[in-house]
Amino acid sequence: MSLSTLFETIQEKFGKQIQSMHAEHEDQAYIFMGDPDIRPITEYLRGEFQARLVSVFAEDRRSREGVFFNYYVFEQRGDTQFLIVRAPVPAADPRFPSLSAELPAVNWQEREIQDWFGLTAVGHPNPRRVALHDNWPDVHPLRKDFLIDTVLPPFEGERHIYRPALGEGVLQVPVGPVHAGTIEPGHFSFAVAGEPILYLQLRMFYTHKGTEKLFEKLPIHKAVFLAESISGDSSFSHGTAFCQAIERAAEIEVPSDALIMRTILLELERLCNHVADIGAIATDVGFVVANAHASRLKEMLLAANEQLAGNRLLRGMVCIGGVRRAWGAWQIELLRVAIEAFTREFRDLVALINSSESTRDRLEHTGILKPEIARDLGIVGVAGRASGIDLDVRRDHPYAAYPSFSFKVPIYQAGDVWHRLQVRVDEVQESISMIREAASRNLSGQFRVPVPPIPPNRCALSAVEGWRGEIIHWIRTGSDNHLERCKIKDPSLNNWPALVEAVQGNIIADFPVINKSFNLSYSGTDR
Amino acid sequence: MFKILQKTIRTGIVTTTYPSKPARVSDHFRGRPSFDFEKWQDARPAADECPTGAISWRNTDDSRKVTVDYGLCVFCGLCAEASPDQAVRITKEFELATANRGSLVLTAEYTLNADGTHRNLSAVSHGCANADADVESVGAKARETIQKLLGRSLSIREVDAGSCNGCELEIVALNNPIYDIERFGIHFVASPRHADMLLVTGPVTRNMELALLKTYRAMPEPKLVVAVGACGISGGIFGENYASLGGVDKVVPVDVYIPGCPPRPQALLQGILLAVGRLREKRYDEHPSR
Repeated sequence: MSLSTLFETIQEKFGKQIQSMHAEHEDQAYIFMGDPDIRPITEYLRGEFQARLVSVFAEDRRSREGVFFNYYVFEQRGDTQFLIVRAPVPAADPRFPSLSAELPAVNWQEREIQDWFGLTAVGHPNPRRVALHDNWPDVHPLRKDFLIDTVLPPFEGERHIYRPALGEGVLQVPVGPVHAGTIEPGHFSFAVAGEPILYLQLRMFYTHKGTEKLFEKLPIHKAVFLAESISGDSSFSHGTAFCQAIERAAEIEVPSDALIMRTILLELERLCNHVADIGAIATDVGFVVANAHASRLKEMLLAANEQLAGNRLLRGMVCIGGVRRAWGAWQIELLRVAIEAFTREFRDLVALINSSESTRDRLEHTGILKPEIARDLGIVGVAGRASGIDLDVRRDHPYAAYPSFSFKVPIYQAGDVWHRLQVRVDEVQESISMIREAASRNLSGQFRVPVPPIPPNRCALSAVEGWRGEIIHWIRTGSDNHLERCKIKDPSLNNWPALVEAVQGNIIADFPVINKSFNLSYSGTDR
Repeated sequence: MFKILQKTIRTGIVTTTYPSKPARVSDHFRGRPSFDFEKWQDARPAADECPTGAISWRNTDDSRKVTVDYGLCVFCGLCAEASPDQAVRITKEFELATANRGSLVLTAEYTLNADGTHRNLSAVSHGCANADADVESVGAKARETIQKLLGRSLSIREVDAGSCNGCELEIVALNNPIYDIERFGIHFVASPRHADMLLVTGPVTRNMELALLKTYRAMPEPKLVVAVGACGISGGIFGENYASLGGVDKVVPVDVYIPGCPPRPQALLQGILLAVGRLREKRYDEHPSR
């Protein structure tokens, strides 16, 4: 049975706790609970349907409905519909039962709810702050009565207490937030015994810039640009996820040519990032020449990006209702030429890497993420597929023009750096053939439709397979071209804990390459 | 090894000639929006569309003061779409780096028609005219010393103070064989103790304020600070809020500002070379119709 047809069963089994159930849009069904305790239904959905808990987030509805709501988004393999369970959290007694002990995947997400909304996750195995650092005052920024421009007192020092690493010869190595390379900020605390890493503790959210709160302040058409700035390397994916959510809420039909153009640009973004990561992984084991070629290949694509979108990161191209500009025949031709040149060069790059025994030797059996751990932690995207997690939003919840393309989803079980590299190599091939096919279609039709006023109080969920993995945007529209709530989930948020598992037992000198093989976005995590 | 050499020889030299020759950018590249203030009938639609408030206006009695701030601009091009008569045009110019934050701001004053459109352009000013002269000359002296000491070779420490990682992608590109910043004797270093220049991105989050300050203090004198991108200059789309301070110069003194969202690698090169006195600021024409 699919999730979408389970209303009757649910009614029978949980009738007393259920307030109402309804389908909204073609790919979303909601179950409104009357009871904050979602443990029984969660257990049932996970057990009976092998449903996966995709995301957990909260909303402050005190002013309208007198309560907070927690949302639990589920999906089931083979069913394109998302099932969203909504549970009330009373304003007078803001507590909800934690699922983290059984479901480590929601560990950080529940703690975000604690920090940002001031709701307590009862029974959480590690209820310490995660999204707001320990030196923040007692504020809950996503509550409606917290104003976005509140000036907080200056923060003093780092008050976070790291778990001590004890034992003879055991050392603690602190790294960050400012790193040696040109990368984003975060703090890593390694416990090492000699060279091998015993344990890694992460401290993220250094780049928290109030993004979700800001979505509630900006008019919707301007918020598209904020979505593009959630994670710069995924500008187009996040921008598209956001526009899709608005389009769903306002029932805007995007022209088919615009959907194909979006698909091409989404795949171009994937190519740019995958080829850069392949080069960067090679660099981190000393194969600098491969990176020189990889970065040259990336530049070829960035030049094409600029021709197609006016911007190297594909910014300012996606818009609500389609894309902002049409392409002339010469642009399509240019894209074709660029892709053919890229294909030839990419073949050489892969051959170069495969010819280097020492590179392969360093990458194989390094930073292993075991499939069972990946499943428990809810790992998604490239990192998941290298560890046997067969998920891909493009196939599981098709959007843009993906229903009309066939592509393979590469799955490996080994879960080491080499296989995370292999997933990227395979996906580059798939993207190339999709772009080739898309570019051969006639794209002279309509590329955008006018946007009607966005109706208030509509909810919509949108999912996009960014190059890194599953991106989720959930919105509730408000009045006057504004949003009441915009929840962003970047795949990085799921995947950071995987890094902790993957580095254990590896030498500290291999940390950079293991980290690079995940290449997670700090900004996407921290928002 | 033979394969590697073969591939290298076949590939040949790929490094750009910028800045000795102008950069090749695509025909569709969105650079600086240029404003024909005389032609501009109404600034309000463009201001309404602008996602970061880079275009703003204020009315007093029957006149309007319009402000354009390239330090906030994310180069989306919506202002040109919203302004008829081609009063706002998107150019391919990207060399906007400057030592003077004020010079990124243009203002125009208009008298108004009854329907709120512009009637007469009464004044245009480019940059801040009343910059403190003393501060300027002190700054110039310090810059001279720095140019003498660091002009030939430079070590850069990069700090992400809360960026979306877009600027980082372009900064990393400076090290690739196309832009190859090492050809200028400039390289990125791992520690602020080895650095002459701090290249800072992001709106400076509250959580990065202390780390940025500590990194700055750890650098030996003389030192330069370059603020990168709309966020680094002004907070960009994030602006100032409970978690964001709204620009690098809120925390450390900035020598050069590089607009862009993100600035393309050539724009970064221009800004960095400008900071060490190896390039001059570009003057752009504010009145393209004349």
